[in-house]
Amino acid sequence: MKFPPKYIVGAIVIALGAFAPLIINAYELSLLGRFLALSILAMGIMLTWGEAGILSLGQGVFFGLGGYALAMHLKLEGLNLANGDMPDFMVWSGVSTLPAFWYPFANPYFSLACVVIVPGGFAAAFSWLVFRRRVGGVYFALITQALALAFSTLLISQQSYTGGFNGLTDFSTLFGYDITTNGAAQVIYCITFVLVVVTYFALRWLLTSRYGVMLRATRDGENRVRFLGHNPLPYKVVAFGIAGALAGIGGALFTLHSGVVSPALVGVVPSIEMVVWVAVGGRNILWGAIAGTLLVNFAKDQISSAFPSLWLYGLGALFILAVSFLPAGIAGLFRPGSGEERVMRRILSRRKLSTAE
Amino acid sequence: MNAIPAPILMMEDVTVDFDGFKALTSVNLALTPGDLRILIGPNGAGKSTLCDTIIGRVRPTSGKITFKDEVITALPEQEIVRRGICRKFQTPGVLPTLTVMENLLVSARKNRSWWRSFTTKTPADETAHAEEILAKIGLQDRRDIIAADLAHGEKQWLEIGMVVATDADLLLLDEPTAGMGPQDTQRTAQLILSLLGRHAVLVIDHDMSFVEALNGYVTVLHQGQILKEGTVAEIRADAQVTAVYLGRSDDDDIAEA
Repeated sequence: MKFPPKYIVGAIVIALGAFAPLIINAYELSLLGRFLALSILAMGIMLTWGEAGILSLGQGVFFGLGGYALAMHLKLEGLNLANGDMPDFMVWSGVSTLPAFWYPFANPYFSLACVVIVPGGFAAAFSWLVFRRRVGGVYFALITQALALAFSTLLISQQSYTGGFNGLTDFSTLFGYDITTNGAAQVIYCITFVLVVVTYFALRWLLTSRYGVMLRATRDGENRVRFLGHNPLPYKVVAFGIAGALAGIGGALFTLHSGVVSPALVGVVPSIEMVVWVAVGGRNILWGAIAGTLLVNFAKDQISSAFPSLWLYGLGALFILAVSFLPAGIAGLFRPGSGEERVMRRILSRRKLSTAE
Repeated sequence: MNAIPAPILMMEDVTVDFDGFKALTSVNLALTPGDLRILIGPNGAGKSTLCDTIIGRVRPTSGKITFKDEVITALPEQEIVRRGICRKFQTPGVLPTLTVMENLLVSARKNRSWWRSFTTKTPADETAHAEEILAKIGLQDRRDIIAADLAHGEKQWLEIGMVVATDADLLLLDEPTAGMGPQDTQRTAQLILSLLGRHAVLVIDHDMSFVEALNGYVTVLHQGQILKEGTVAEIRADAQVTAVYLGRSDDDDIAEA
């Protein structure tokens, strides 16, 4: 039996990812884990932006909702609530009793459910309200950007409930296990990796299903689809809801890896960065979203530690380059028949010709 | 058998007023099931608005539209389609990144509930129906090509195929031959004639050779009002029609000369 090369490459990548804790050091593993958590969110952007044609500049909001939902539990675990114990930052802010909405988060299962349900449900409800009015395109992007701004402002202003500008940090245990050790980091990495793989295959299936075809049909011609007797609204809302839930999962995992969630991670600029990862990687190809996220974030890590002031320019340049020369992203170079692949082949054959001369 | 079958679509006194501009004024139109109707008229006569009004894209200011004995004037667009009216748009409205077959399958879906789409299986009868239409529009060899890569005429045929695939009882074809050469135009006429009987068809066009090839009952629209109805020969012979419509191009020629 013969396997096409892409399956072999895929198997090697999955094996490398699975054995990464044995190959790379703890610092690199923590970076890789964080970026893989972000790539779950990026796959959601691929679904909404690439496949549904809905550009959201507010994915940070859903990322933050997931991150905060878990962080609230992490702040409460180990505290004796009956005794009147409170998270440290509340004590510093002079809060006298734990706010009522914090109480349920003492239950880890409630928190974990919220990681998925709150951002997913909020994204679905929000997009339903907007798309029902047939608002789309750039207007939708602007509304989501405003949402990101409002959300980060709200988090900063409600210091006594949210930890304000510093966010929530200084976690110790989850389900009674210490999450600050190297061993815990490896376990968290493995959970992240498994979720990335599961998300990848689940979305792959979804995109080949009739739903995936209908979603692309809606992107291509919403009116045509409507006048073929379909209601385009639920297809878009489901896609946006799934992307919101994936952003929430990514946010929770990122919080576990980095030990902090703060407004700086959920505002306008991070939300735009998220779109850039997917633009660079390729918004119509699922693995492109993962590759773009890893590539841009590792580049950011390297560049911003060497030249801290340079990174934002680098990010801007990267975005311009991707949009003008690689509309299908890096992944587009590998897709047979795509414009990028044709250009690439032309360049390669020209070089061969010129070396022959 | 009745001599005159009950009309499938009735427009009664339909007026469309765009902020003071009357796109349609008291239009009365009755279409027979399985029959052909050709709608002609100079630019801006309100032909496309008439189509838009039937499918719910534009809502009439007054008057009512009845389809199969049901008033559809206020139904949501997709509900009007589900009752059995489907429209081809003036500029080809194919779904460019989907393959030709996918375009037809999206159109041929019988159960249009979104929650029924979480499956990779296509019902066999829908596939068979789509294949049949693929053969009818003559694009079998283009089956797995994305619609964006089709030639202009092929896109027009594909969209006609999509409209037919919905199995609607009334098809509205807005300028199906726009941008086509004479050969493709004749082919399109044959295609449309082959749809009659099963579907009632309302064709909008102003290519007279195409109208003659179809040779159906003609309604002439002028400044939002129905000017004349009759056979192609009658319309050709009508002095008033010639003056406002057929004669217009002559006037333009004179003006330009």
